[in-house]
Amino acid sequence: MRPDPREVAAALAPAALLALALAAAAALLLATAEPAERATLIELAAPRMALVVMLWFFLSLAGGVLARWVWQHYAAAPGRLAEQLQIELARGGARDLPSTAASPTPPAEGSPGARALAAAVQALVQQRDGLRADIAARVAEASREVEQERNRLAALMAELTQSVVVCNLDGRILLFNARARLQFRALVAVPAGGPATVQATGQAIGGAEAIGLGRSIYAVLDRRLVAHAIEAVQQRLQRGAASPSAQFVTATASGQLLRVQMAPVRTPGAGADDALAGFVLMLDNITRDMAEEGERDRLVHSLTEGSRGALGNLQAAVELLDDPTLDVTTRERFLAVIREEIAGMSRRLNEAAAQGARALKTRWPLEDMRGADLVAAAVLRIEAVHGCRATAAEVDASLWLRVDSYSLIQALLHLTGRLVDETGLQRVRIRLQPSGERAQLDLVWAGQAMSTETVMAWETEPLKVGSDTSALTVRDVVERHGGAFWFERERVRQEAFFRFLLPLAAENVPLEAGAVTSQPSRPEFYDFDLFAQGSQGAALAERSLADLAYTVFDTETTGLQPSQGDEIIQIGATRIVAGKLRRQECFEQLVDPQRSVPEAGVAIHGIQAQMLRGQPTIAVVLPAFHTFAHDSVLLAHNAAFDMRFLQLKEESTGVRFEQPVLDTLLLSAVVHPQQESHSLEAMCERLGVSVLGRHTALGDAMVTAEVFLKMLPLLQAQGIATLGQALEASRKTYLARVSY
Amino acid sequence: MSHKVLVADDEPNILISLEFLMKREGHQVLMARDGNAALDLIRSERPALVLLDVMMPGKSGFEVCAAVRADESLNGVKILMLTAKGRDTDRAQGLGLGADGYMTKPFSTQELAARVRDMLAALPP
Repeated sequence: MRPDPREVAAALAPAALLALALAAAAALLLATAEPAERATLIELAAPRMALVVMLWFFLSLAGGVLARWVWQHYAAAPGRLAEQLQIELARGGARDLPSTAASPTPPAEGSPGARALAAAVQALVQQRDGLRADIAARVAEASREVEQERNRLAALMAELTQSVVVCNLDGRILLFNARARLQFRALVAVPAGGPATVQATGQAIGGAEAIGLGRSIYAVLDRRLVAHAIEAVQQRLQRGAASPSAQFVTATASGQLLRVQMAPVRTPGAGADDALAGFVLMLDNITRDMAEEGERDRLVHSLTEGSRGALGNLQAAVELLDDPTLDVTTRERFLAVIREEIAGMSRRLNEAAAQGARALKTRWPLEDMRGADLVAAAVLRIEAVHGCRATAAEVDASLWLRVDSYSLIQALLHLTGRLVDETGLQRVRIRLQPSGERAQLDLVWAGQAMSTETVMAWETEPLKVGSDTSALTVRDVVERHGGAFWFERERVRQEAFFRFLLPLAAENVPLEAGAVTSQPSRPEFYDFDLFAQGSQGAALAERSLADLAYTVFDTETTGLQPSQGDEIIQIGATRIVAGKLRRQECFEQLVDPQRSVPEAGVAIHGIQAQMLRGQPTIAVVLPAFHTFAHDSVLLAHNAAFDMRFLQLKEESTGVRFEQPVLDTLLLSAVVHPQQESHSLEAMCERLGVSVLGRHTALGDAMVTAEVFLKMLPLLQAQGIATLGQALEASRKTYLARVSY
Repeated sequence: MSHKVLVADDEPNILISLEFLMKREGHQVLMARDGNAALDLIRSERPALVLLDVMMPGKSGFEVCAAVRADESLNGVKILMLTAKGRDTDRAQGLGLGADGYMTKPFSTQELAARVRDMLAALPP
């Protein structure tokens, strides 16, 4: 350890002072003495100099030790404490958490005051560490909870049969569920002239989705309707209404009716004003409901108004029959009126019953469910509750039912329970087969005969499952479904069964729901980071490059000369939202160029002429791509080339791409001005992007997107942070001067 | 007291009864099967009372009623609407258009006869 120079100085200070004092005393004596006296003094002192020096030395030594002790005691200890505190402070600045054991022990030296100070400081340090650990634990706990809630929410949303979309105030989508995606996919109108097959299957062109994270809800809903609903919600909030939600019905371009319910998302802790942060939209396709409602109205009307006239005729005729003055002919005419009116009323009643039975009986909210799922659930429940073996046999997997699955399974459990109690049954089978416009669900068992009366009595007793008894009976459950229920014997096989006739789901549902289950992986349906996008009012040019939504695209073409008749044969695109590449959101579509495809190009893009036969033309694809790119910045490698193709089609397709365009080629020239090549391959190599699936339009678009994301920090380092700056820097590169 | 009464309805089954009823009350009965014929008869025969159905081909009862009330020269004609349209909005429309009474089918013949007697009592024979 190096000696502290201040400590050395303190130890040497008494020696120096003493030496000074002696020298001063000697000088004073010599100066004030006469020359004779001076000589005498020197004579007297000289032989005793050794004594003086010795005295000085010992006094200095004692003084030095004392001074050093005082120094250490009063000055060095606080100094050390200060140093340790500085270390503590520096450590406090770091993010890693100190353990309490790592805290400095207080120096067991120094004056009592200094020791007390050290102890107090130590206590403070420990307290601080404790608090910090506590905060860290709480933060960790809170983020775990948030994560858990997110997952719960995502799971809940995924299961909802209602479409839910959450937007911020700008109408940007922060969250949506699979149902909403399907619904919008079916709703978005295929551009005029589109092939009918596309519309019929509900398949979006190029796989483009109508909605996606960070995209605008206004691409699918009328902005004015939404704005009106927001206003209504805000008014209700200001009034302090209990449920400040608003509702509107809108017709989509494809003629479907949507009922939209809007609930506000409020900024927490915004106080009484409750600033609106966004809104939740719940969507119902009520086209079918409205049609059913209309049908019911028509029925009710025909039964009331239609009967009035006939009843009036009847009543008048009957009352006049009593008239004693009536002659035979008139009497016969009145009777004819009565017969005719009765026949007419009966006919009307039968018609109404036939048409209306279905509509009137299915008022109970039933859900669409795959028949096989219902059977599987029933089998599991039967085995769990009654302990007998249940199997699914002869189940038609293609059947979709419209059922109240809970009460239906309760009914099955009740019947099985009765069978087990009465006959000690060991096994049952469940069958599900189509039967005309309905499905027949059979609970089958083998074994001894039972009287039909016994068995059918079970239909009207309250459902009993285990110790639970419900107010419902099997008959209620069957009526709820507008179905039928009976008991049948198959003597040959020595079996008996209960049969439920159940309604089938409407035609289009299995298609939709099948699409849900065929999702390969759970896609990204929510990103709450988008809430943080405080984009409101900020002009596009002022927006940070990292915040913007991009449509990254690439085209494959028949050749390089758009002005000389070369055409687009494929468009591929993906999106970047909130600084992340959204691989789920992609657009990929082959285009019939309505001309030949030169062999030279086939070697590059691998698209053979026959692959393009039957594909939609650019007149259909470009509007679809335009919708996909709505409200985002276009990004492409060598964008000028692709944009030229798009612009040449503006007139014939009626769509214009007016959004800003960024070009990774130009941005590369900004970031690496000294490099010779700015080809996509060269950039990938420089930036460490692995190249997969190149030379398909979508593959190239993905690679371009990744390259762009890698370039963002490099641009930032050059002070290029906003879209405006990036566009300006691109414009200034020499490459930008070369145009097609 | 005998009056001219026009019965306008497109249903023969009610015409039979109403014709018999009005004749029994001692009135002279005219009949029309649609709105236009009703209006023509009202103009040419000037009945004291019209029993007017709402749902008729040609002109509806509402239209006939409105046309009669728009014609100053016909202002003595009483109109009783007889209709299967039972909603209160229909009743309000009928009375709003100037009908003197509104009866919903089915109705009792005695009640109808009484209403007709009341409406004609105020008129000179």
